[in-house]
Amino acid sequence: MSRYRGHPDAIRALVREGEVHRDVYTDPELFAVEMETLFHNTWVYVGHASQVPKTADFITTTIGLAPVVMTRHSDGSIRVLHNRCPHKGTRVANEACGNAGRFFRCPYHAWAFRTDGSIAAIPLPNGYEHTDFKSSPAAKGMTPVAAVHVYRDFVFARLAEDGIGFEDYFGDSLSSLDNMIDRSPVGKLEVAGGVLRYMHRCNWKMLVENLTDTTHPMVAHESSAGMAVAIGKQQPEGAPKHPAVEIYAPFMSPYEFYEGMGIRVWPNGHGHTGVSHSIHSDYSAIPGYFDQMVAAYGEDRAKEILGTNRHNTVYFPNMTMKGPIQAMRIFKPVAVDKTLVESWTFRLVDAPDKLLERTLLYSRLINAPTSPVGHDDLEMYERAQDSLSSDANPWVNMQRLVEPTETADDTAIVNGTSERQMRNQFRAWTRFMVPA
Amino acid sequence: MSATVNAPSDEALSRFVTREARLIDEQRFDEWLDMFTPDARYWMPLEYGQTDPILHNNLFYDDLVLLRIRVERLKGNKTYSQKPKSRCHHVMQAPSVESRDDETGTYETWTPFHYLETRMDEQVLFAGWSRHTLVLRDGGLKIKLKRVDLVNCDSAFGNIQLFM
Repeated sequence: MSRYRGHPDAIRALVREGEVHRDVYTDPELFAVEMETLFHNTWVYVGHASQVPKTADFITTTIGLAPVVMTRHSDGSIRVLHNRCPHKGTRVANEACGNAGRFFRCPYHAWAFRTDGSIAAIPLPNGYEHTDFKSSPAAKGMTPVAAVHVYRDFVFARLAEDGIGFEDYFGDSLSSLDNMIDRSPVGKLEVAGGVLRYMHRCNWKMLVENLTDTTHPMVAHESSAGMAVAIGKQQPEGAPKHPAVEIYAPFMSPYEFYEGMGIRVWPNGHGHTGVSHSIHSDYSAIPGYFDQMVAAYGEDRAKEILGTNRHNTVYFPNMTMKGPIQAMRIFKPVAVDKTLVESWTFRLVDAPDKLLERTLLYSRLINAPTSPVGHDDLEMYERAQDSLSSDANPWVNMQRLVEPTETADDTAIVNGTSERQMRNQFRAWTRFMVPA
Repeated sequence: MSATVNAPSDEALSRFVTREARLIDEQRFDEWLDMFTPDARYWMPLEYGQTDPILHNNLFYDDLVLLRIRVERLKGNKTYSQKPKSRCHHVMQAPSVESRDDETGTYETWTPFHYLETRMDEQVLFAGWSRHTLVLRDGGLKIKLKRVDLVNCDSAFGNIQLFM
């Protein structure tokens, strides 16, 4: 019996003003509805233009559970195609990245497709001469994803034919992406350094909520960040701060630090921590970089760009990024209790390599399968995923600093320990799960 | 001449590498750290055949400070991902001596291994090759570089909490 599919009121009832029902994390049917609606109606990050510099270059990825291939068409534009042969459904592009050559060619029966998905050739075409093949869905080739938008080389897609436009969906939240990109003296990023892939045995939304959870670092990460602080103190007097200590130590900042840094929410579930300052504010300067920025932008603008140190920006539903260290994570839903976390890193074009080195170190220390910070985060998610099966209380609390006037369309700056952004995400969740 | 006289035999190099894995399996991590030179690295590449640990990411590229942070953390009573603790187990092929330079006291070994890490009801098997760069310091062997190449280094992993 279906409890949620086709029952919009039942879905709406899962999200209250300051709490959500545990089924949003544990119910397989609800996960299936998320894949069919939420991940169809929202704009989901696909890839970066620097991954497909030449014609027919491609990467393969997923939007929700839907396999897609992002490629560079012969006219230079970026295309996103459903990665499924229209004939028998075989996945056409199989590697994480590559170049298709003249055509995407299905390995099963050699149907060949142009980089816009249209059919270039089918062997023995006369077999279809006396059929109505031309009016079949197969004749369209590899179906292009309904809506694609490239924003300063970041490629997003919406699977649904109709729905909210890109600008309306993201609005002012794009300022976080802008700040990350502007940190390059030429305003350009390149994917660099490989991708860390970390499998989590928990629902994808737990990870997204944790991004703006500022009352956990000094608790859950005391064992790693606190130890780094202690070992940092043992280093010789006057020695430069060890890079790992510099990255770990701010996690141990007191509650007041996080309260003061602020959280900003935007409509449609986007938001960020670190309005005035963040754990990324006090990294040591990289020699030569500031001068390059001043030469490129002028001193005032350079200071404005580098003085913005937002912590985590959430691009609802499943992307997050850190401008000050040029890192991005994608939370790919696999099952109701399984999520693949991909950590991507960027090179600031024409900036010193030392910046990329720090970016890679940060991702390795915090977000890798070998990261002690990651270990303790995952421990919390897994314990929650298991213990939410308790019937003692089916509700998960998100009431911290709740205000009675909150709506899904607010832009607001609030106390940095508020759970406002988590509530903001769930208001957007309802909006795109149950479109009006 | 004296360097040659003091040079470790192949068997001694092999014993050293085997002992290193045993210290990990017995979780004698302080003794394990004492096997490294102060400027040593423990490196686990992210990419098959990776050559650059600096501008490409890695699963580990730890110096001694970072290794010390990890080891001390494992002892702590607020280390929640270690409540309960993990255990681990190595099975190794006999280390083979790949190169020896008795003049500088530098040796390289190659050791295929299976490594198992377990916690609660889960156990995960890893397979790979360790390459040790060993150096003579004050008459004894030390690890200058331990490079661990996993067969599936680019797979999506859950937690890897101990050391291979």
